[in-house]
Amino acid sequence: MRRTTYIQAINEALREEMRRDENVFLIGEDVGHYGGLFRVTRNLLDEFGEKRVLDTPISEQAFVGMALGAAMVGMRPIVELMYMDFTLVAADQIFNQIAKYAYMTGGLLNIPLVIRGQQGGGKRYGSQHSQSVESLYAHFPGIKVVAPATPYDAKGLLKSVIRDDNPVAFLEHKMLYFTRGDAPPPDEEHLIPIGKAEVKREGSDLTIATFSYCLLQALEGAATLHEKYGIDCEIVDLRTIEPLDTETIWESVAKTGRLLAVHESYAMCGIGAELVARAYEEVPHLLRAPARRVGMAPVSIPVSRALEEEVLPWKEEIIATVLEMERE
Amino acid sequence: MTQRGETQSKAKSTDDSAAPGFSQPGANDVSGVQDDWVAQTLKTSPAISITTDILPSDSAMGIEAPPLPTEQLLEMYRGALTIRLMEESLLAAAEEGKIGGAMHTAIGHEANAIGAAFALRPGDYITCTYRGHHHGLAWGMDPGRAIAEVMGRADGFAKGKGGSMHFVSPEHGLMGANGIVGAQAPHAAGLALASWLRGEDRVAITFFGDGAFYQGVMHETFNIAAKWKLPLIFYCENNRYSEMTPIWRTSSIDDIYLFPRSYGMASMQIDGNDVEVVHAAVSQAAARARAGEGPTFIEGITYRLAGHMAGDLETYRPQAEIEMQKAYEPLTVLRQKLRARGVEETQIAAINEEVDESMDEAVAFAEGSPWPDPAEAYRDVYT
Repeated sequence: MRRTTYIQAINEALREEMRRDENVFLIGEDVGHYGGLFRVTRNLLDEFGEKRVLDTPISEQAFVGMALGAAMVGMRPIVELMYMDFTLVAADQIFNQIAKYAYMTGGLLNIPLVIRGQQGGGKRYGSQHSQSVESLYAHFPGIKVVAPATPYDAKGLLKSVIRDDNPVAFLEHKMLYFTRGDAPPPDEEHLIPIGKAEVKREGSDLTIATFSYCLLQALEGAATLHEKYGIDCEIVDLRTIEPLDTETIWESVAKTGRLLAVHESYAMCGIGAELVARAYEEVPHLLRAPARRVGMAPVSIPVSRALEEEVLPWKEEIIATVLEMERE
Repeated sequence: MTQRGETQSKAKSTDDSAAPGFSQPGANDVSGVQDDWVAQTLKTSPAISITTDILPSDSAMGIEAPPLPTEQLLEMYRGALTIRLMEESLLAAAEEGKIGGAMHTAIGHEANAIGAAFALRPGDYITCTYRGHHHGLAWGMDPGRAIAEVMGRADGFAKGKGGSMHFVSPEHGLMGANGIVGAQAPHAAGLALASWLRGEDRVAITFFGDGAFYQGVMHETFNIAAKWKLPLIFYCENNRYSEMTPIWRTSSIDDIYLFPRSYGMASMQIDGNDVEVVHAAVSQAAARARAGEGPTFIEGITYRLAGHMAGDLETYRPQAEIEMQKAYEPLTVLRQKLRARGVEETQIAAINEEVDESMDEAVAFAEGSPWPDPAEAYRDVYT
């Protein structure tokens, strides 16, 4: 099978969907002539021209709001936020407007719009360029949230997301951008449905539910746990945060009896808190040990490599938590 | 510092040298970015305060407003009166406790909506603020369903989910009133963008108040719209109060309409209480937009005769000011125009009676409309 980087997979998905539907256009900072800060939209201007790939001023509120306006009449804008942290700059347009528009208009309008960009730590960008915003998006009804971890999933999900008639936040991760993985041949109708989790590693002792870059950390952690301690983790990649595919997770927990949720955003009010709460509400009988969660430490993200690695909930923390749970 | 609103100086007075910071539009230099049309506009714009000065009803500031056919004026009168009576009915209903939440009426603003609606075409787009009932009706929404929406009834346009602040009717081009001040401006820019991307000749217009002018998103939108020459009209209904605070207390500039020229945008200040003037201004702006010449900023000077919202204590302005403004309010101006055209009092009275009657029917329709099914609360989150 052909292999691509995560960036290339997204670039292909954008290109294919722009060819397929002339209502699809890109809008954001440096997406055109420069090709995106991380080169995700590279060469798209050459093929589609300045009317389909729009370089904006640094005015997040305006261009996110404009994407909403265009989506009201059936255009399919894809907004790139250079860093998903800038969600907070455009928060009114995203949460007060885009998320609520279909509802406030009693369904007279629907908003086929994608907000995409990279998030997460690991590259020492510091407090305002390393955050993970999935729980923020997931908190508000009306926006779907997708966070793929592999090039294969990224391409298939982005294509589905662009074709979806609702607003969707498509969360990439800066640590995933240069990872390589299997990719389907270009131009294929490669669509991965929104709202479907996938088991990325089979195991029988404990279920780790995770997504985005934490999936890679969890896979590495699981390999160590297997080799050193003989613990066999099953890893469920959520892929979509909203709507949440709890069915797939509960199927796994039915097998393992243990649930650990792992993500990079804060543990406080995070997706892990949600998953653990739902486990106790919906499937308490499946749990043979207390369900747990691992997330970012409750601090802003520091720049120093030593400090950043300390607070990110990566492999070592996953391993330590699993060992604690196995002792329970 | 002497503020104009405190001195109650007469409109058209250009003697404001005592007021620091107040520029004289006629003396303003706009070299570099303005075309002839704007220069002409500027030259013919008399200096007029944006505070609480009286606005002469016959002042077509900066533009020539050709007289509209009497038949059209009669239709405009009917439209403006329909808005007025609906707003009065709504205020009465709010006092009776039939309407919850925040409701902002447009009593005194009618001409801005009617003049603009008659100047634009079916297929054009509009967004506006939560003070948007007049736009809804001017663009063709049925008053009965509009009132039902405000009352949260099943027959409302948004099935009672949007209410007073979120009037919407895509079939009439109204893509949404907005509860967040200024948030609707980029939406109109996006609608204009869609028109431009598709090679259509649709124009978008966005209405907002003088208070919204100071939201950052407005200025972000001014810049992009001007840079991309979007087919867009920014229409500021300057009623001289940002909610409960007179604009001169919070604004560092005197004439709002001059500011967008910094973005290279054509702009004009007009009498927003005169339908013919509004019609002429919006027609000019729309023609520019359709010709690919980009956005225009219109500052319509108007006055809100009722409170900011139902239940407003209105402690911030003297009753005498309101009384004074009544001489220049849109319906009075329209009636004067009609009389000047030789329209008989009986004809005006007949319209008054018809509109009054149809408003009674509209209110009855809304009050008779059922509450939405509780299951409706869970629909439309996603499509």
